[in-house]
Amino acid sequence: MSLLALSGIGKQFGGLHALSEVSLHIERGEIYGLIGPNGAGKTTLFNVITGLYQPNAGEFRFNGCSYQAAKPHVLAAAGIARTFQNIRLFANLTALENVMIGRHVRTQAGVFGALLRNKAVRLEERACRARAHELLRYVGIEKPSQTLAKNLSYGEQRRLEIARALATEPLLLALDEPAAGMNATETEALKALLQGIRKTGVTVLLIEHDVKLIMGLCDRVAVLDYGRKIAEGVPEQVRNNPAVIAAYLGADDE
Amino acid sequence: MKNFKFSKRGLLFFLMFVAVLALPFITDALLGRGWVRIVDFAMLYIMLALGLNIVVGYAGLLDLGYIAFFAVGAYCYALTGSPHLALAFPQLFPDGVHLSFWIVLPMAAMLAGGMGVLLGAPTLRLRGDYLAIVTLGFGEIIRIFMNNLNAPVNLTNGPQGISRIDPVRIAGVSLNTTQSVFGITLPSVHLYFYLFLGFAALVAFVSHRLEKSRIGRAWMAIREDEIAASAMGINTRNLKLLAFAMGAMFGGVSGTLFAGFQGFVSPESFSLMESVMVLCMVVLGGMGHIYGVILGGLMLALLPEMLRHSVVPLQQAMFGKVIIDPESLRMLLFGIALIVVMLYRPAGLWPSPVRRRELASDEAAERV
Repeated sequence: MSLLALSGIGKQFGGLHALSEVSLHIERGEIYGLIGPNGAGKTTLFNVITGLYQPNAGEFRFNGCSYQAAKPHVLAAAGIARTFQNIRLFANLTALENVMIGRHVRTQAGVFGALLRNKAVRLEERACRARAHELLRYVGIEKPSQTLAKNLSYGEQRRLEIARALATEPLLLALDEPAAGMNATETEALKALLQGIRKTGVTVLLIEHDVKLIMGLCDRVAVLDYGRKIAEGVPEQVRNNPAVIAAYLGADDE
Repeated sequence: MKNFKFSKRGLLFFLMFVAVLALPFITDALLGRGWVRIVDFAMLYIMLALGLNIVVGYAGLLDLGYIAFFAVGAYCYALTGSPHLALAFPQLFPDGVHLSFWIVLPMAAMLAGGMGVLLGAPTLRLRGDYLAIVTLGFGEIIRIFMNNLNAPVNLTNGPQGISRIDPVRIAGVSLNTTQSVFGITLPSVHLYFYLFLGFAALVAFVSHRLEKSRIGRAWMAIREDEIAASAMGINTRNLKLLAFAMGAMFGGVSGTLFAGFQGFVSPESFSLMESVMVLCMVVLGGMGHIYGVILGGLMLALLPEMLRHSVVPLQQAMFGKVIIDPESLRMLLFGIALIVVMLYRPAGLWPSPVRRRELASDEAAERV
């Protein structure tokens, strides 16, 4: 059974059909790429998958359950974590706090727990902190964990977003253009990081403009154009698909 | 070495504790009894500022009607701890209602918390200025209600307010009387000071525990970026309502204490100006930092009184007459102080260590 199965997803903004009849399924443990020209609806689809937008039509199944108009925090609890195309960290909080906030959905303590700070709460807090430190090391942030997120370098901010998303213990990690603005070495490091994350059993969904990265990393790729899926398959297939070439380079009008 | 450091810190805390306990006596001896009363009010303002700090400082929800919750608490006790309701319902309550303060307090806190949720629920989608406008309206609605609910049934006695509110009693002892404990004479204002101090300490403790918890972190995440927070699995609706409710509860507690202390409440104590004052305490002191907010509350509660007591004699000594009355001078100085603080210490007079670090690092970045 697929981890994520979308069928016939449609999303309109007023009269604009941002997505129509998009169906795709993502299998457990794969790295799935989503590409397409600018304005093809990639980010819209991404926002539908992470609950930021509610689709107007279609069915959304994740991990065996059906979700209708689910809010982002419900999907995060179900196991979908994301990063943002234009980095959205909690800028005035420390790197450690950013990752600890990612643990919110896997921890319990409420108001009374916070006030009483009993043994269970203290243990949970300690475990949360330890896990956050671990994740910061895992994504390779060398700066002190008390550094404010906004004072990290660009590449570190991108990696902190991944650490924060991983803290939610996702089944599906959805990354919106993680390599945007990175140089070649940083992109290589990101590639290694994503491969490592896949090895831990997390499925990865990737939107990317960097076609080289997509081709080298993804098991399967889907191509969107004008809100429709025009191709899907292993990278080699997709690259030679005439519809894809037409979408990227423009088709001859005959 | 570490042990030594700890004990030094412990000693400092102990000395501060003793100093705070002795505060009413020192104030009484140096400045007179009227000033102890002013310090009592400062304690109430600290509670209000700490409550608003949860809403504005932690969750980042700009609330300009916060004083409404103070009013709710105050009127709760005014109605249930005074002869007033005998006017409206002579058959039902021939002597008015005289519930114990300690029964009303939790009820008032709950009611104020409920009002907080009531205000929060329709404003969940609003942020910044829009939220400020709606909360401002809410604050005014509550005040106008209190002003006009004297007809057809005289519930609040309108602008005249409700008087003869029962004093707070602890174990049957009224705090409106002078007591002596271990040979130390404690006038009423001293007794109220210790009561308020206890509550202010409790509110500060609760704020501190919340700040350093999963809940506090979630609030700060919402303040920083609501969309990212919800993508991280934070139920933003519930947590915003919780922030409104917690803040409102503190306001309600403070209001209940106010009614018992003052013995009289009227709508004019809950004007928009009061909301603005409390907000200024939070912003000037250091948003989101408990010590800063306490400092802000103390300063803004005491400074106007100092002005009131110094401006008139000073002008009389210099010019032989009063040229500017202290009320208008107060607003002028207040405005100037706000501008200066916002220009030179945008994070407040005593910002949290993290905010300080961030400003320092900005400066370092500018130097490079």
